[in-house]
Amino acid sequence: MAMAIRFTLLLLLFLSSAIVSFSLYEDQVGLMDWHQRYIGKVKHAVFHTQKTGRKRVIVSTEENVVASLDLRHGEIFWRHVLGTNDAIDGVDIALGKYVITLSSEGSALRAWNLPDGQMVWETSLHGAQHSKSLLSVPTNLKVDKAYPILVFGGGYLHAVSAIDGEVLWKKDFTAEGFEVQRVLQPPGSSIIYVLGFVNSSEAVVYQIDSKSGEVVAQKNMAFPAGFSGEISSVSSDKVVVLDSTRSILVTIGFLDGDISFQKTSISDLVEDSGKAEILSPLLSNMLAVKVNKRTIFVRVGGEGKLEVVDSLSDETAMSDSLPVADDQVAFASVHHEGSKIHLMVKLVDDLDTVLLRESIQMDQHRGRVHKVFINNYIRTDRSNGFRALIVMEDHSLLLLQQGAIVWSREEGLASVTDVTTAELPVEKDGVSVAKVEHTLFDWLKGHMLKLKGTLLLASPEDVAAIQEMRMKSSGRNKLTRDHNGFRKLFIALTRAGKLFALHTGDGRIVWSMLLNSPSKSETCERPSGISLYQWQVPHHHAMDENPSVLVVGRCGSDSSAPGVLSFVDVYTGKEISSSDMGHSVVQVMPLPFTDSTEQRLHLIADTNGHVHLYPKTSEALSIFQHEFQNVYWYTVEADEGIIRGHAMKSSCSSETADEYCFTTRELWTVVFPSESEKVISTLTRKPNEVVHTQAKVNTDQDLLYKYVSRNLLFVATVSPKGAGEIGSATPEESTLVVYLIDTITGRILHRLSHQGCQGPVHAVFSENWVVYHYFNLRAHKYEVTVVEIYDQSRAENKNVWKLVLGKHNLTAPISSYSRPEVFTKSQSYFFAQSVKTIAVTSTAKGITSKQLLIGTIGDQILALDKRFVDPRRTLNPSQAEKEEGIIPLTDSLPIIPQSYITHSLKVEGLRGIVTAPAKLESTTHVFAYGVDLFYTRLAPSKTYDSLTDDFSYALLLITIVALVAAIYITWVLSEKKELSEKWR
Amino acid sequence: MAKLALFFFLSSLIFSSSLSFQSDELLVDDDEFGLEGAKPQSTELYTSSSPSSSSPQHQQTPTIRKRYSDPDLDSKVQFTLEHAFGDSDFSIAGTFSARLKTWSHGGKTLTKLRFSRNGFSAEEKDTFKNLLKGDDFYRIRVPSNVISPPGKKFVVASVRARCLPRDGLDEHFVIHMEGANILAVSYGSLGACQYPRQFKLPAKWSFNSHTILKSSEQAPRTPIFTEEILGSENAEGEVEPPPEKSFWAKYWMYLIPLGLVVMNAVTQATNMADEQTGGLAGGTQVQQAARRR
Repeated sequence: MAMAIRFTLLLLLFLSSAIVSFSLYEDQVGLMDWHQRYIGKVKHAVFHTQKTGRKRVIVSTEENVVASLDLRHGEIFWRHVLGTNDAIDGVDIALGKYVITLSSEGSALRAWNLPDGQMVWETSLHGAQHSKSLLSVPTNLKVDKAYPILVFGGGYLHAVSAIDGEVLWKKDFTAEGFEVQRVLQPPGSSIIYVLGFVNSSEAVVYQIDSKSGEVVAQKNMAFPAGFSGEISSVSSDKVVVLDSTRSILVTIGFLDGDISFQKTSISDLVEDSGKAEILSPLLSNMLAVKVNKRTIFVRVGGEGKLEVVDSLSDETAMSDSLPVADDQVAFASVHHEGSKIHLMVKLVDDLDTVLLRESIQMDQHRGRVHKVFINNYIRTDRSNGFRALIVMEDHSLLLLQQGAIVWSREEGLASVTDVTTAELPVEKDGVSVAKVEHTLFDWLKGHMLKLKGTLLLASPEDVAAIQEMRMKSSGRNKLTRDHNGFRKLFIALTRAGKLFALHTGDGRIVWSMLLNSPSKSETCERPSGISLYQWQVPHHHAMDENPSVLVVGRCGSDSSAPGVLSFVDVYTGKEISSSDMGHSVVQVMPLPFTDSTEQRLHLIADTNGHVHLYPKTSEALSIFQHEFQNVYWYTVEADEGIIRGHAMKSSCSSETADEYCFTTRELWTVVFPSESEKVISTLTRKPNEVVHTQAKVNTDQDLLYKYVSRNLLFVATVSPKGAGEIGSATPEESTLVVYLIDTITGRILHRLSHQGCQGPVHAVFSENWVVYHYFNLRAHKYEVTVVEIYDQSRAENKNVWKLVLGKHNLTAPISSYSRPEVFTKSQSYFFAQSVKTIAVTSTAKGITSKQLLIGTIGDQILALDKRFVDPRRTLNPSQAEKEEGIIPLTDSLPIIPQSYITHSLKVEGLRGIVTAPAKLESTTHVFAYGVDLFYTRLAPSKTYDSLTDDFSYALLLITIVALVAAIYITWVLSEKKELSEKWR
Repeated sequence: MAKLALFFFLSSLIFSSSLSFQSDELLVDDDEFGLEGAKPQSTELYTSSSPSSSSPQHQQTPTIRKRYSDPDLDSKVQFTLEHAFGDSDFSIAGTFSARLKTWSHGGKTLTKLRFSRNGFSAEEKDTFKNLLKGDDFYRIRVPSNVISPPGKKFVVASVRARCLPRDGLDEHFVIHMEGANILAVSYGSLGACQYPRQFKLPAKWSFNSHTILKSSEQAPRTPIFTEEILGSENAEGEVEPPPEKSFWAKYWMYLIPLGLVVMNAVTQATNMADEQTGGLAGGTQVQQAARRR
């Protein structure tokens, strides 16, 4: 027993000495990392301003976030990120204290406490079928002390108590195929009216007793022409729908349970009518219809008579109507005019009465206004004031009040799709670094403080002062390049098609730019960005050119839509040029060639199997022609289960006059049998990765040569039955197979099958190894497997004499057509967490050891040394192996709490991790994005090549001075003594 | 005498084996040549066809020859290899024949693959020469499903034509199988193909083909449990005594100060002696000087 304890102690000691701790001290948080919290594009907003307390607005977003925002400053009081499959359908406030959210197609109903966001109750409502869902929170309905919330979803109408979430009653509409459109509740009555359609051709009104859920009366009326589904309720007993041809407005009145239809053709209302569309704003006794790119307001008269009262240009956003004082109802509309936006609040009954008219200067790069939500308040002079929350095209959220932007939130950053890095400009002459330090006295004082800090003599105020000084003095927020390469820009492309440049120092937005379509045509007003590439990175020549990035966009959602290119200057954030490509974009391939201005050559493949060369210059063409024979590319058709390799064939000048267009030919195929394998993941190495050494020295002075090829493709396939969620297949049914394929020749270099394993596969590929994460159905655990691939053809080059005499093949060019002699080593480990994404650190020269950055299901990032996933780990490593750093083999990988690089923070909705090397070899930049953004600097092997920020130079100086003084004094003393001895 | 007999016996064995190698064995019914005992996983089957044969006469047969017990489950399959020169259409270049083995669990694997290569016709030789001149691609394809060719699609592979010629035309097929499906074919010459590729015509216009069948390997896993290691350590009971430290390792902290003290004392003692002798010497010098005066 004692031995066991001693052994574990020893093991612990060994582990603690072996694992370099990457945790940081409390006062180091925020020094080189930053964290930004976002919520995403707002879908619904509910204001809560009645009480005298904090004014807040409850929002739900497209990123499935429900949040409470401070109306004064725009800060997040609280927020909850629901799962990716838990889309929010509706949000409202019940009882004045609960926020009710309905999500997952009406199957999850939750109540959150309004002040602090704690979940009060949660009810899951099981629906039988997919249908649109509807949340209705009646304001003055009370049933036996319970305040019911009416929820329709999955074919059922539920009444749920707002107090505890208990289901009061439910009504099954699945048999009839009844789809509830509106739930109306006349004030002062316990009967609720439920209006819906059956098969889009029959209107049904149920009168339901709100106490018991029993149907009191039912009326239905067929409408043979059919409804289109869009509905607008204009008053408590009338709704307006469009028929299926979208040319006739049908007013449905259901007063006292009687249904009446009244048809009005749109052509009667406006002259040249086309297909109409009912807009979403709810206006009382009025509806907004979009016809022929104009918005018309149609008033619904008492007998269902329709008349057009106003017509506006198309680019007008409107809010729902809002009751203001004296039974009046107002709504807001926002439209653009030049660089300004105009906000108008009008009365619904009298469109000529404008309660508020404001015009606000608006940044052009925010695009159009998408949504408006208004809220009223009482001004100090007792008149009505309005504030408007607007959602812009770039997903940003702004609060307008008194003709000014009170606050704005860049919510576009919650949906980052692609990230690249860029350097900052070089510091110009004349700007001295010394200006950062104010005077010598300040400098000394600062260092004295630091000294106090190191000697643990500092008081809390001193600590705060040190902290502040560190933040300032490091000069990390400057917009110039620094010696260590710590200051950089992260260029992020968002789903809204906006580019943001974020400074690594503090995460601020240096510039932002909304992509424009070059043609400004109506079909493609705003292209959606697909991906981002470094276009021009001047470092050897063309130094006076600014670096630029290439944004590849697309007009439309399907892959055959024409593509758009945009070149953006990184320093200024201005678009240098943009062009319509005239062909579709399937794949963008950066080539390893640059022209004389260091513009990188790119090949873009279209749907016709042609590739196009960019930039379209004769110089680029001549460079490309020179390497024409050696350009290969591959495509993965995951649905078909085919991977194809292609080579260049000829210029496609025979078909088109475009000399930058080339035809290709198929060289090889890998065909996965559709009955047994389905491609779920493919991955290649990062093209700009640097490998420092090609050889690995073993403990027994043996050499292993890494098979470092840029043309390796990692493919993971799984049995079709196992392609579903974890647990949907039995271990016998599901097999995971991984491949390493050479993309030039289509050779399968390595193939490994994992019986009884299932995806999803998350993998990372670096140097000569792949690490992938999957689920083991037999062990009911997640597993991580590492595969390292080594080159045997160069294994004979171990002899020193051969190297000296030049009889080695190390410098010979490697051809993919030679038969590769490779061997692989692999090992599997259990891993306790499920994973969202995996990345690996990358450094400037590739000398520093690597860490895996694992984005866990808890939205945190774990840094795991590559040494833990070494296939050469053995149970009992010999002394020599221990010296090399081989850790004893364990069953599972350790999760050390200190190695979470996000420390206590969470990167909500984590989607990706990007690493970029700093100039300092030991350090790497890590940027993680999801709903939140997180950045930090990592040193996987500690900062062995620089002194830390808090290194006390004063202490060093004082020591040196003291030593010099001591030397001088002792010298004087010894001189004196010598003299006196001589005189003796 | 016995030695002589043994020698004869051995030589006859060698002779007969070489005879069997050259025999015109017509391998039509190859039921008896089963690869029994081959696992369904990680089967690697190696056949090579000798040069220039349009019929499967000169094939080396695998070494294991056992009577296969259950021939009903086997069936013979044949599929064709097609080739194309550059961008030309595919034409038939050879035939693979193999035995399809059905396992009790329903899986199917190919065993005993044979390949017969058609030689180049005169016309094809010319096209191939053109390929060599232009350093163009020589492409081959096989059906992806061998039972019902062409299956879903063809599996295509290609190589630069200049990689093939050695003495003859060297070709090497690695066929990756999944059941009865061909996933991929790695095609190329046996050895290296150095870049830049030199233009070289083959001495003999005959193919030297090698074929390997490969299926997937199981992922290795070292099953280990830390508890067991600890347990076994416990069970041993006998604890190895820690190695005896040397005297110096044990008592260095006492020895160093002691040494210092000793050295100090010694230097002091020598200093004292020096001073005395020095003083004496000085005295005598003075005396001598005094005497000189």
